[in-house]
Amino acid sequence: MLGKLTLSAIPYHEPIVMGAVGMMALGALAVVALLTYFSRWRWLWSEWLTSVDHKNIGIMYIILAALMLLRGFADAIMMRTQLALASGGGAGYLPPEHYDQIFTAHGVIMIFFMAMPFIIGLMNLVVPLQIGARDVAFPFLNNLSFWLTASGAILVNISLGVGEFARTGWLAYPPLSGLAYSPGVGVDYYIWSLQISGLGTLLAGVNMIVTILQMRAPGMTLFRMPIFTWTALCSNILIVAAFPVLTVALALLGLDRYVGTHFFTNDAGGNAMMYINLIWIWGHPEVYILVLPVFGVFSEIVSTFSTKRLFGYHAMVWATVCITILSFIVWLHHFFTMGSGANVNAFFGITTMIISVPTGVKVFNWLFTMYRGRVRMETPILWTIGFIVTFVIGGMTGVLLAVPGADFVLHNSLFLIAHFHNVIIGGVLWGCFAGFTYWFPKATGIKLDERLGRYAFWCWFVGFYLAFMPLYVLGFMGMTRRLNHSDNPLWQPYLYVAAIGALVILCGIVFQVLQVLVSIRDREKNRDLTGDPWGGRTLEWAMASPPPFYNFSETPRVTDIDAYWDMKAKGLKPRTEGFAPIHMPSNTPTGVVVGGFSIVLGFALVWHIWWMVGLGLAGMVLSAIIHSWFDHHGYEVPADVVARTEAENARRAAAGTAMQEA
Amino acid sequence: MKHRLASAARASLSLVLLPWLAGCQEGVLDPKGPIGMAERSLILTATWLMLLVVVPVILMTLAFAWRYRASNRRARYEPNWDHSGKIEAVVWAIPCCIIAVLAVITWKSTHELDPYKRIEADVPPINVDVVALDWKWLFIYPDLGIASVNEMAMPVNTPVHFRITSGTVMNAFFIPQLGSQIYAMAGMATQLSLLAHEAGTYRGMSANYSGAGFSDMKFNAIASDRAAFDAWVEKVRAQGAPLDVPEYEQLSRPTERAPVSYYSQVRPDLFSAILRHSAPGGMMDQHMAASPAARQTAMRTGRESGAPHAGHGAATAKE
Amino acid sequence: MSAHLFEAPGGIVAPQAEAHAAAAEHHDAGQMVSLGFWIYLMSDCILFAGIFATYAVLSHATAGGPTSHELFELPYVLAETMILLASSVTYGMGMLAAVAQKRGKALAWLALTGLLGLSFIVMELNEFHHMIAAGAGPDRSAFLSAFFTLVGTHGLHVSAGLLWLVVLMSQVAVKGLTETNLTRLSCLSMFWHFLDIIWIGVFTIVYLMGVV
Repeated sequence: MLGKLTLSAIPYHEPIVMGAVGMMALGALAVVALLTYFSRWRWLWSEWLTSVDHKNIGIMYIILAALMLLRGFADAIMMRTQLALASGGGAGYLPPEHYDQIFTAHGVIMIFFMAMPFIIGLMNLVVPLQIGARDVAFPFLNNLSFWLTASGAILVNISLGVGEFARTGWLAYPPLSGLAYSPGVGVDYYIWSLQISGLGTLLAGVNMIVTILQMRAPGMTLFRMPIFTWTALCSNILIVAAFPVLTVALALLGLDRYVGTHFFTNDAGGNAMMYINLIWIWGHPEVYILVLPVFGVFSEIVSTFSTKRLFGYHAMVWATVCITILSFIVWLHHFFTMGSGANVNAFFGITTMIISVPTGVKVFNWLFTMYRGRVRMETPILWTIGFIVTFVIGGMTGVLLAVPGADFVLHNSLFLIAHFHNVIIGGVLWGCFAGFTYWFPKATGIKLDERLGRYAFWCWFVGFYLAFMPLYVLGFMGMTRRLNHSDNPLWQPYLYVAAIGALVILCGIVFQVLQVLVSIRDREKNRDLTGDPWGGRTLEWAMASPPPFYNFSETPRVTDIDAYWDMKAKGLKPRTEGFAPIHMPSNTPTGVVVGGFSIVLGFALVWHIWWMVGLGLAGMVLSAIIHSWFDHHGYEVPADVVARTEAENARRAAAGTAMQEA
Repeated sequence: MKHRLASAARASLSLVLLPWLAGCQEGVLDPKGPIGMAERSLILTATWLMLLVVVPVILMTLAFAWRYRASNRRARYEPNWDHSGKIEAVVWAIPCCIIAVLAVITWKSTHELDPYKRIEADVPPINVDVVALDWKWLFIYPDLGIASVNEMAMPVNTPVHFRITSGTVMNAFFIPQLGSQIYAMAGMATQLSLLAHEAGTYRGMSANYSGAGFSDMKFNAIASDRAAFDAWVEKVRAQGAPLDVPEYEQLSRPTERAPVSYYSQVRPDLFSAILRHSAPGGMMDQHMAASPAARQTAMRTGRESGAPHAGHGAATAKE
Repeated sequence: MSAHLFEAPGGIVAPQAEAHAAAAEHHDAGQMVSLGFWIYLMSDCILFAGIFATYAVLSHATAGGPTSHELFELPYVLAETMILLASSVTYGMGMLAAVAQKRGKALAWLALTGLLGLSFIVMELNEFHHMIAAGAGPDRSAFLSAFFTLVGTHGLHVSAGLLWLVVLMSQVAVKGLTETNLTRLSCLSMFWHFLDIIWIGVFTIVYLMGVV
């Protein structure tokens, strides 16, 4: 009846796990209580969960990412303390059974459920506004994508309390992840949560490509697209091209585990090297899926806060395109030590290095954007400068790892860990934070507290160097990744410093949480009335903050890359009369329902509860069919409603401008 | 005054550099053989080459941000200056040049350091067949008919030719101070040639995560002069038990922190049998199939404290 | 002077033009759906490329089990192929009828397509059944794992297409050949022809090259 699921699946005699589950339950309970107390359930359901508005969906993605950042960071700090405590030959407080799940979950959560939703959330929020569109191409699909991603995240977190998570490392290399060596449900949780969220990501990618290709405002040619939109386009092309390969790799691993096939087993002709190839054919483009959009974020910020046009826009675009293409021919550098011939290794090493050329060009272009500008040192540009300084170091160590001869001694060492955290924290994550700070006023109408933002930045900056520079040294000293304990006295001081670094980063996170809370508490003071708090250059700043649900009251006409800057320069003012009615899509609960059934399906597959598998699958398919059966004509916003909204926003903007001048 | 400044500068410099210098001890920056030496000099060359761009970029970032800060009204401000053919040419050219140089170095060094390439020397190489097991290393000396677990020995200035496979999941064979690592994968043999030109005991390990006992999957590589090596071989021969298939089966069961042990009278075809085991009708087919489940049992019984997570998983093992 | 933000200074867009633009927007919807679906198909194509590559790597890893020479019966597979190709033709006829707003005719052609697709699936299942009964199941060797996965993934796609076809046919029957339904029919049409192309790849690489 319940497949492999029994009461013993709940790790009730593990205090650490139960503590974590308890905390999560308390958090959920608090949310439920607050919603009930303020009777906000209906509001939550009809304004948010079922919303097809790209802005709301973007915000939900970012909330998901923030929650998963906390979860992933909790894993990180446990790892660092374990390694510090267990560096003198002791066992520490986390036995391998538990510790190995933690480092796997940390990687999976941070990449798939923190970085990806953050990036997709920013793209969702900003791209339609930047291109002057009403919404994305397929608003319902957008909602569905979010719920599939969220379902994957929920499934990973269920594994904390029911059963276990994979103990394989974040890419679950077979044969270790095969049934023979990982007979538990951990790898199954891994497979199904990634398959479900992967489907969501793929659909989001299709949606965003069509949006960018088809829904740009008149006059916005490809080479007048804001640079963030360009990077979003390339990133989504990578999603559509790379994610199917992940789907294949995980599906074949799943077949090995469920059907007894021999794709990656040690026997009957299986070939584990193929999995490693497949997973990295997805995995390397994935790195660029994450980093290209933040390159876009930094480009927008560096131009806005330097009060100057972006230097070398065309070079930026071509650099982005180069990286997009090159990212598909470098995957083998993740396993030079597999014993491919020298020609193959050298080829992939050199293609990898070539990527640093367009990346280097981007860095120079940011520098020359600041050059002869007026750089306003607010938090978004602090993140940007911190990023440039840190990222070039990460890039350098990356190129070093791309030299096969160097990789032979640095591969799988803490040097590698330091390298990719250097580019992912120093690049992707800080880019997300920069974008978060930059667009927070647009999304909410409230500017984030500047002082706490600076504290957060400096904690992250210092904490990062404390936490990861020692790992470079440890890598040179021959310490490998994924160790549970060590007894080399030479390593000990470095592990202590790294643990302190993690604590400093913790302070940074605390400041960020405080920053959001304080900014919302002091919202009257922090209100962005004008809609253009930073002196913006692109179209998203041409409307009120937060934007009306219909975005633009009329489709803008674009004549320049910095479309809004151009309009301001020409002295154009928003229309005040003669509005036309606006057609809007209606909200729908289908996304939530399909997402819910996908959790049922995933959970049932993990535990081999076959009737429930049928239920989940049938639920998903039938919900989609039922959804397709009804016409979704949407609704019309009457012209006078538009006029009223616009008048109110104009009044606020005038007040805001007056305040600024006073 | 000047003197004090200078010594303060020196002190702070050494404070900054000390951690990095310490990184030289016992690691890949403290190599004891030609492969490791070549790899260290490759790392240093590539790093210096890249620092040629990285340092100026970092300095320029800070300098531009400071010079063009909004409050500095004396700095030149050109809000519409967004293109310069000269600068663009330079910023494409510089990375291209560096990468071109690096590419040449990469091509050459990758061929020179190809793990499969034999090291040339006046003395004939020692052959060692390595098997990664859960969670220990088995070293078979096919020409000497001996084997050892978690300890290996080699004469200095003599090339050692390793053939490496795995009797379990994927691992990586790595002795940081001697150089290159390479994966150990079931059903296939990778190759690696190393040489130690200084006597000493070097730490060896698995560099690829392979499960619960991975952290203690370590061994000592003892490099010594010929006489000491011969003595080691004699010791192994004298103390060692015979290593046949049942004994190998016993050995391949998962254990953690396996003690050093020696074997004599090793079947000459043992390594190729392990290698072939996945082939149909292979000599150890049935035994091999049993091994993974045994591994789970060991994981369960071996660590009572972590029972719930490991436990129910093992209970469902199909084998 | 207070020129408007969102247009070239010099005139307010007439409401009529707006209405026209709105209609154009609506018309675009079908195009966007087609483009979106086409992009999805490209990603599906990469999915198949991954499985094809896997098959190519493993096609000789028979682990002492049966080889492709011993297993495949070309005439049978040729018949399957012909049936699937024919279903593409009948779908095309159905599409022509649908565009011409001939509902009955369109439904008839679509029904025929469904029948052909169903026979293809039945034949494939029959082939699978025989192989598994003969001890050549997907767990026998890596080669057979790859074979069943590649052919089976295509079969799953066809089955999903059949389900979609049934749903669409009932929608056409109830609501007629509306613009939405026409867009959906053309998406399914792309899907169906795409699966044909994939099958030609399967037939060539798996069956023909496996026997030759």
